[in-house]
Amino acid sequence: MIPYLALAAILFSIGLFGVMTRRNTIGILMSLELMFNAANINFVTFNKYVVSDGLVGQIFAIFIVVIAAAEAVVGLAIVLLIYRNWKGIDTDHFTVMKW
Amino acid sequence: MTDYSWLVKNIYITALLPLLAFVMIIFFLRWKEKLSAGFSISMILLSWLISVYTLIEVVAKQGAVYEAFYSFMSLRGFNLEIGVLVDPLTAIMLVVVTTIGACVQIYSVGYMHGDPRFSRFFAYLSLFLFSMLGLVIANNFFMIFIFWEMVGLTSYLLIGFWFEKDSAADACKKAFITTRIGDLGFLVGLFMLAFYAGTLNYGAVFDQVSAGMIPVGILTAIAIFIFMGAVGKSAQFPLHVWLPDAMEGPTPVSALIHAATMVAAGVYLVARTMALFVGSAEASMVVAIIGIITSFIAATIALTQNDIKRVLAYSTVSQLGYMIMALGLYGYDTNLGHHSPGFYAGTFHLMTHAFFKGLLFLAAGSVIHAIHTNNIQEMGGLWKKLKFTAPAFCIASLSISGIFPLAGFWSKDEIVASASHHPVFLILTLAIAFMTAFYMWRLCFLTFFGEPRDAEKYEHAHESPKSMTYPLIFLAGLSVVAGWVGIPNVAPWFASFVYHGAEAYHPHWSWLMLVSFVIASCGIYLAYLMYYKKSISADKVAEKFGLLYTFSYNKWYFDELYDLILLRPIMTFARWMWSFDARVIDGAVNGTGWLTIKWSDIKLWFDVWIVDGAVNGSGWLVEQCGQILRFLQTGSVQFYVLFVVTMTVLFAVFKFNYIDMGFESWLLVILLVITLAATVGRMVSTLRVKTDSGSDEKES
Repeated sequence: MIPYLALAAILFSIGLFGVMTRRNTIGILMSLELMFNAANINFVTFNKYVVSDGLVGQIFAIFIVVIAAAEAVVGLAIVLLIYRNWKGIDTDHFTVMKW
Repeated sequence: MTDYSWLVKNIYITALLPLLAFVMIIFFLRWKEKLSAGFSISMILLSWLISVYTLIEVVAKQGAVYEAFYSFMSLRGFNLEIGVLVDPLTAIMLVVVTTIGACVQIYSVGYMHGDPRFSRFFAYLSLFLFSMLGLVIANNFFMIFIFWEMVGLTSYLLIGFWFEKDSAADACKKAFITTRIGDLGFLVGLFMLAFYAGTLNYGAVFDQVSAGMIPVGILTAIAIFIFMGAVGKSAQFPLHVWLPDAMEGPTPVSALIHAATMVAAGVYLVARTMALFVGSAEASMVVAIIGIITSFIAATIALTQNDIKRVLAYSTVSQLGYMIMALGLYGYDTNLGHHSPGFYAGTFHLMTHAFFKGLLFLAAGSVIHAIHTNNIQEMGGLWKKLKFTAPAFCIASLSISGIFPLAGFWSKDEIVASASHHPVFLILTLAIAFMTAFYMWRLCFLTFFGEPRDAEKYEHAHESPKSMTYPLIFLAGLSVVAGWVGIPNVAPWFASFVYHGAEAYHPHWSWLMLVSFVIASCGIYLAYLMYYKKSISADKVAEKFGLLYTFSYNKWYFDELYDLILLRPIMTFARWMWSFDARVIDGAVNGTGWLTIKWSDIKLWFDVWIVDGAVNGSGWLVEQCGQILRFLQTGSVQFYVLFVVTMTVLFAVFKFNYIDMGFESWLLVILLVITLAATVGRMVSTLRVKTDSGSDEKES
């Protein structure tokens, strides 16, 4: 179980790093997908080793995949709007809520 | 009692008519002078008719008493009543008051002609007549006191009618305040009466007195206190000083109020409350002594005065003293069981005096109207100019001197008769009769006879209009005949009509009549010698009696005496109190204010620095915290994520129970920490790049 969880942790950290450091908004969305999938791995792992029978974790993972797709749609729509307003999708552009 | 006609039972109408005139003039008619005067006069004439009718009916019913009242206020068995009492005394007074009132009002049309406050004068006269008639018809002490004060008020208003003159303004204040002293006594008397008798109704009180239910000592005190009211109102010694000054008022006022009616109210009061004085010999003696002192002092002062109205004023005081003395002696004699004509004499003289003294004042007003001066030394020879006024004045003078068969002779004679058992009183009474005849005829000779002493004024003198002379003629007639109702043995009607006690007094001829007649004639003859024939020089007589003359001329120095013993100490005390007030009271008040201001200053400081400081300080602190914390709001979503994750990690590290934590959890934490470190490192490097480029841009 440990290697799977380690993999998930590494994936999550990489995704997080991407979210926090990427300038490109599309990149951030992609990094988010990594984090989702890290979570998926955890669900599947726990389903396999902790919950002995049933498919709860598996089903959860599939739901997350679907919702992540929907989320990507919303995220891309936001990115499009950002592009229209600032003629670019770098995160530097939309720090208008600054102090 | 019940068989009186409707008019007598509703006698209050006679008083309400002048009140109606007052109200109408004040509210509706005062812009129309003729209408005001006309309305006022018609009301008093109507009132006069009712009064005459009442007198006739009371005479026809042989003096039966009519009384009606209802309870005005009831306090634990003590009743204050409003009611009327019609008896012979009331009926006589009604006729006297309305007769003089009507004459004076008609006279005023001429006398007050052209005065800017013509209507108001009639309004005040009407108000006075209402008060006076109310005083006369009252059936209890409560009502008489109210009307008593009201006549005082109207007297004040009318003395000060020409208030532009300082002397008139001072005189009305003097009159009001001086009479107030007497009224205070009156009020105390009423309180005592209410306390000891438990009622203020005349009849009920007198019944208790005659039944001996009130101790004699108390009764004496009550009687003297009530007499104090009469002393003030009737200008008796020592409160007589206001009446001569009251002559500052218009002459019709002097005639109506200060000669015939209001000042007689004191005499009326004593006559009305005779039962109290009969019950107490001491009180009666006080009354008689005050009366004779007043009469004597006033007569001596009248001898030397030069102001025509002042001579008449002192004459009035003197005559009122006469009446008071007669009433006092009646009370004294009756108390001791003797028969006395005093009551009859006093009321009889009250009536005749009202007519001839009213006439004297009106005639004097006519003279003043003609010659525009009050000083008899500037007059003389006016008989030729004033064809009506002069004879009227002389008739009245004869009457007051006591010359047979004029009104004054009969009434004055009864006063002399009432003093006949008291030698001191008798001598003084006769002396006063002599002085009265002398000063009245001194006035007549100086005014109407001899050579004019002021030619210019004499030239411009003219007889007064008819509205003024007709009342004079009417009153002159009354001054002659009014006494004939009391001729002993021939027509002793008045004595049997107005009587007090069980049996009527029957006047009779006596040698005293001859004596008083001779004395009066001597007085007139002396005046004739001194001021007409000039065979005795008036100046030489004055020189011979230098001290006495000065004393009399300066009115016995009463005003100066009062000034010295009363006014100055009071004024000094008042000034002392004023300085006490200015320093101590005002000091305390101002000091309190000063302390309050200082205390407020401290509170202001506390409020500004401590309370406001706390409030503003809180705000300032919050603001400063906000200033620091605002830097967290970078607007960068990634920074927020960093922040959230950092906090989560810190929370995990410090808060979780990491003894039980498995390897995989540690791995995650370590990985996250590394990620965070990497991110921060990345950010810092990015910022550095940015600032560099920013500064580059600035340089370029």
